[in-house]
Amino acid sequence: MIDLSIDLGFLKLKNPVIAASGTFGYGLEFSPFINLDKLGGFVVKGLYYSPRQGNPPPRLAETASGLINAIGLQGIGVERFSEEILPRLKNYNTAIIVNVCGEYEEEYVSVVDFLNKKEGISAYELNISCPNTKKGGLCPALSPENTYSVVSLVKKISLRPVITKLSPNVTDIVEIALSAQEAGSDAISLANTFLAMAVDVETRRPKLANIFGGLSGPAIKPIILRMVYQVASCVKIPVIGLGGIMSGSDALEYLIAGAKAVEVGTANLIDPEATIRIIDELEEYCVKNGIKKIEEIVGTLITQ
Amino acid sequence: MIKDTQSYIVRKESWNDYHLLSLESPKIALEGQPGQFIMVRITEHFHPLLRRPFSIHSIDGRNVEIFFLNSGLGTSLLSQKKTNDTLDILGPLGKGFNLNDHFKEKDVAIIGGGRGIAPLYFLAQRLSSLGASIRIFYGGKTLADLPLKDKLKKAGFDTFFSTDDGSFGFKGLITDFFKAELEIFTPIHIFSCGPEPMMAKIAKIAQKKKIPAEFSLESVMGCGFGACWSCVRKIRRGNKEEWVKICEEGPVFSADEIIWKEGDK
Repeated sequence: MIDLSIDLGFLKLKNPVIAASGTFGYGLEFSPFINLDKLGGFVVKGLYYSPRQGNPPPRLAETASGLINAIGLQGIGVERFSEEILPRLKNYNTAIIVNVCGEYEEEYVSVVDFLNKKEGISAYELNISCPNTKKGGLCPALSPENTYSVVSLVKKISLRPVITKLSPNVTDIVEIALSAQEAGSDAISLANTFLAMAVDVETRRPKLANIFGGLSGPAIKPIILRMVYQVASCVKIPVIGLGGIMSGSDALEYLIAGAKAVEVGTANLIDPEATIRIIDELEEYCVKNGIKKIEEIVGTLITQ
Repeated sequence: MIKDTQSYIVRKESWNDYHLLSLESPKIALEGQPGQFIMVRITEHFHPLLRRPFSIHSIDGRNVEIFFLNSGLGTSLLSQKKTNDTLDILGPLGKGFNLNDHFKEKDVAIIGGGRGIAPLYFLAQRLSSLGASIRIFYGGKTLADLPLKDKLKKAGFDTFFSTDDGSFGFKGLITDFFKAELEIFTPIHIFSCGPEPMMAKIAKIAQKKKIPAEFSLESVMGCGFGACWSCVRKIRRGNKEEWVKICEEGPVFSADEIIWKEGDK
């Protein structure tokens, strides 16, 4: 029997595989396909305080081994989420993480303050890194000061662990990660999507109505993997790696590079059973390599 | 919703750039309704990355049929698949046409343009079994864009054709032909799928004549089952207008819900 469990310190996961925000709806969309209880956890779609319309279509452009999205965090807001979704998630025995968004710092605080009073949430993931909500992709995760500021404000009032989701669109990811750690973040999820664009040459128009969007999928995996390795070597808090994980082997690359857990995103859209398949593949790898506890391989990259 | 990774191509038919694949998938065949769609994985590799949506063209026993025009990387690769290849498909997805017994012995109009004929064949079969009296209006740019003309005739449907260049049937737009036909024909319901400008015109005609109408809309899709929120369309609900997921709440919408794009009105 392989022990796939992961102890993040503030949260124990059945296994290292978490479904990523924005690709997993509110979780329930996947219940016809998979047993949600088998997941390490899932992160529900980003929530602002109020319902949000999101960006006009087209919101999606496919690129080589990747996709660019500019959904703009359309969503139902905290009230409807608490009334309509949370009660239905209660029956699931897995870590339920809420992705928290804000137009301003105060909004992050009010979302967390509201959700603090609700049951059935394991942790918050602070989405300070969505490239799609303002033109040009501005967000707190682009500067160490703004990262520190919003994370510390939320930490002050949060009754639950806080995972800070960083942006890869920075020159020095380690600096931002250290800021989040200093501000009291319990973990880091690395990373959100790369600011990107695509052009329709026939019409000479951008393929996305928003012009810019966030690139995800296998195309970005090597770059995020490098960032996870850099950050995991420098911070004390756990790092959750995400970016283009399609297989157990991809997840293992992140774990070996130093991620304590992984999030699976784009793969869910193509294969709604991807998370379960990846968990199975991790287990197979452990069996094959005589690993009894998957935590043993975290951060075991051999560089000499 | 079923994921079927072992759906065999039992039959393939091609007409230049138009193709029909018949996929053995008993469970999806059992559940699929006219207007619903399936998501087809094009390759097990990562390019193209996303599945492609195809409305159900027909259900033939254990087989689900799709009909498509080769119009890009995904459809091009799909058109190269051969009989006995297997495909990974998800379905049936979305909400289809609103069908009920009140169509019995009533006149109903079906209008399809180009590849938009795809879901309408299944719809016509079902309406026919409900006892409706159907007229199909099928338009294309040229004769080559009417690959299903013989199939529709053979199935016994009362079908009218148009081509932009007059190479077959009425010369001109199917909307103009349909409009003229309404002088002598009063359907109680209109169903349509095709290019946006065509559907927008049909909607306008339907509104003028006060005939309820339903349209099957198309969109690029990320997942097809409501998770990614990519395929939205502005939809009117009461006094409100909101971005609604085509994959989940559509792809079929009624005329009074749809907000047509500027220029298509």
